[in-house]
Parts: sequence; C-alpha cells; structure tokens
Amino acid sequence: MGMDRREFIRIAGLSTLLGLGGKGAFELLRPGQVEAAMAAKPEAQGVVRWAMVVNMQKLDEATAKKCIEACHRVHNVPDFKKPKDAKDTLPPEVLNRYEVKWLWTEHFHNAFPGEDHPNMLEKVAHLPFLLLCNHCDNPPCVRVCPTKATFRREDGIVNMDMHRCIGCRFCMAGCPFGARSFNWRDPRPYVADTFPGYPTREIGVVEKCTFCAERLAQNMLPACVEASGGALVFGDLNDEKSRVRDTLKRYFTIRRKVHLGTNPQVYYIV
Amino acid sequence: MGEKYKNEFGVFAERPQVEKKYYNAKYIFTGLAVFLILLILPLAPNLGKTVPPPQRQLDTPVIQKMAEKDRQCIMPTDWMRANHMQMLVDWRDKVVRTNEKGAPNGRDFVSPDGKKYLASLTNTCMDCHSNKEKFCDQCHNYVAVAPNCWGCHLQEGKKLAEAK
Ligand code: SF4
Ligand code: SF4
Ligand code: SF4
Repeated sequence: MGMDRREFIRIAGLSTLLGLGGKGAFELLRPGQVEAAMAAKPEAQGVVRWAMVVNMQKLDEATAKKCIEACHRVHNVPDFKKPKDAKDTLPPEVLNRYEVKWLWTEHFHNAFPGEDHPNMLEKVAHLPFLLLCNHCDNPPCVRVCPTKATFRREDGIVNMDMHRCIGCRFCMAGCPFGARSFNWRDPRPYVADTFPGYPTREIGVVEKCTFCAERLAQNMLPACVEASGGALVFGDLNDEKSRVRDTLKRYFTIRRKVHLGTNPQVYYIV
Repeated sequence: MGEKYKNEFGVFAERPQVEKKYYNAKYIFTGLAVFLILLILPLAPNLGKTVPPPQRQLDTPVIQKMAEKDRQCIMPTDWMRANHMQMLVDWRDKVVRTNEKGAPNGRDFVSPDGKKYLASLTNTCMDCHSNKEKFCDQCHNYVAVAPNCWGCHLQEGKKLAEAK
C-alpha cells in the first residue's frame, strides 16, 4: 500500500499547521504507514538476488591480499601511498583520510563491534575479515542520497551512477559499514597501471564495491571471488541450487551489524 | 513674452530657459572609447583570420585493418555527427541503470544493419577511434566545447573479457 508523494506532502503540511511535527504526526494520522513505506518490499519471484559468502575458514592473510589486489586492479582503485610520479607524494597525515577502498580487512572486533569479548577464541580475533559493501536489502545509503546517484537494482546490487554523484557524502554518513570512500583529489596519478576498459573516478565523487556489476553483465564472477581460490562464494540467493544457497545451508553464518536493520547480504563463515 | 508654462504644480509665467550644454564630455567620451577598446581587444587578434576546418583522421590501426566495405560506424556518419552526444547519454543511462526498477536496460546496441555492439565509449567507440587528439578533439576544439567524459573514461580500452 504505502502512500504517494502527494499524500505525504498533504499530511506533512496539515500537521505543520496543527503544530505537530515529524514522524509523530504520521503515527497519529496514518498509523503504521511510515514503517510500511520504509521497509524493504518483497521481491517478485524468479528475480536474481546476488549475495556473497566469505568463508573465513579458508581465508588467510595472503589470500585476502590477493582478493583486494584483484578488485582494486580491475576497478582502477587508487593507492594514495604509491604515486606514479614522486612529485605527487602526499603528506602522511592525509593518507588515512584519502584512502579509497572497495575491499579491505579488519579484525573481528572492528568488523563485528559488540560481538567481541575479552575471552573469545584467539584465532578468530586475529583473522583478517574481508569487508566490502554488503549490498544491503534495506540500504540507508540509497535512502539518503539526494540525487539518486546511489540506487538499488532489482537483483539487489546497490550501485552508483558516478555521472550523477555530487559528492555530498550523505551516503558515507548513512552507511554503517564504512563501505564508501570519497575522492578527495584526482585519483589518476595514483592508479599504478590503469586497467583498460574500466573508468577511473574524478575528484569529488564517492565510490564503493559494485559487486562487479560490469563483470556479471558478461557472465563473469566478481574479481575477488575469482582470486580467492574458493574462500569467497558468490551467487543467486533466489536460486535454490546455487552455490551460495548450498553454502548457507551447510554452514552457520553471521552478518555484520544486523541489529541496524539494513539486512546485509554478505555472509561470514567463522 | 514667453508662452505660459503649465505642469502638475500649477501655471507659470514662462518656460525656464536653461542653457544647453554637454557636461563632462571629455571624460564621458574617453571612458566610452576605453570601454570599446577593452571590448574589442580579445577579438582583435582573430580579426580576418580563417580558422582551418577540423581535420578528422580515420587512419587508426583498427580501421585500417577492416575491409573497405566494413568501414562503417555503428550509425550513418551524418547521423553520428549530429547525434553522438545524445546517443552516448542514452548509452550511459541504459548501462549504468541496468536492472534498476523502471529503468531502460542493457549494454547492447544494435545498429540498423543488425550488428550488435557493446554500448561503451571506451570499449567500442575508442576501439576504432583510438586517436582522440586527431578525431574527437578536432571538432570539439573547433566549436569550443569541452565534454567532461575524459575525467573518468579512459582513451584506450579493451573488451573486459579479453582483458582478463
Ligand atoms: S554496506 Fe553501506 S554502502 Fe553498501 S548497501 Fe549497505 S549501507 Fe549502502
Ligand atoms: S555523495 Fe554522491 S552517492 Fe553519496 S549521497 Fe551524495 S550524491 Fe549520493
Ligand atoms: S565484488 Fe567486485 S567490486 Fe566488490 S569487492 Fe569483489 S571484486 Fe571488488
């Protein structure tokens, strides 16, 4: 059901006149409707839903590094620590802030804050958890983007239209997973060898993992999955016979910060 | 006797006689002259010059390798000359917004003669026209437009599958 724009504006206007404000007004006049409009709608049957499983039992430091390198190479992700030309060397204090990352690693207590405790299994505490955009089912980054530059595709991929991004960085504030990076300066001088056929980005736009939408369109697996030697599993969640579904059935998996309600679609086997 | 002079304040004996005089003519005309010179100055160097018409070159390796009858852009040349910008914008929307609800879809472009192409500036257009300076820039500079494609899109491309 939900409500359309006209109805929304009508209620907002009327309630302002009455001195009511915000969500409370909607609760009073149309109870339950705002939640209904905010919740993710069920998808039609027969639609693809891409998802990824990260098997931490198979993933070691070296494999994680290989995956990151593969992703960053084929997407021309800059490395601000390694300028092509020595004259572009950046002062160390900005390197952290400028960092652009699509795929990266963190320890358990950073990847799953609140789930760690002082006495936890030491081996797990020190695993290099591979993190990327979760392609959430209910993505806050999409909701806050004022230009619709970030949008959710029907196959679940949360993608970006770089032509449209105005660099307001609302989405970075909205994403609770730190999956997005801002281009504080022209990234080209820091892309070691440009991968032909994929664009770079410009100063002033935000970027993130795209679930390799451009490779999926050509029936190829994501670059990180290909480089992972089986530690990453990718596939269609709506297909009962797919490898992700099979893996999810056979292993217990966790996801990042589920309590925030974004419904992440990257699963971790610990 | 001067004639009676009337305005909204009443009737007066005579129309006031004011001496006709051009005040500050020296400054006004000097100022005008300076303004005109400044206005014309940037245009002056090009006065009487003819700018050579753009020289687009089509002798890139990929085009030369083609048989004569295959040397055909994805659309007729005249159409491309007039509409390539709109076509690229359409491609952009179709490719980037693929699978978005209600969006136009797809990375394929089918030309009128039935050939299928990947809708991609870098991978398709720049494959043949690998000489941006001698092709794109020729006309763009001539008509003084600066498309901002090249801030992100690379001049050289290969199809993704090949580049593996
Ligand atoms: S992980 Fe962040 S960027 Fe990715 S879909 Fe979720 S909220 Fe958006
Ligand atoms: S930075 Fe770009 S993608 Fe992010 S919210 Fe602003 S316009 Fe949207
Ligand atoms: S799915 Fe593609 S874009 Fe996302 S992290 Fe893996 S390689 Fe990078």
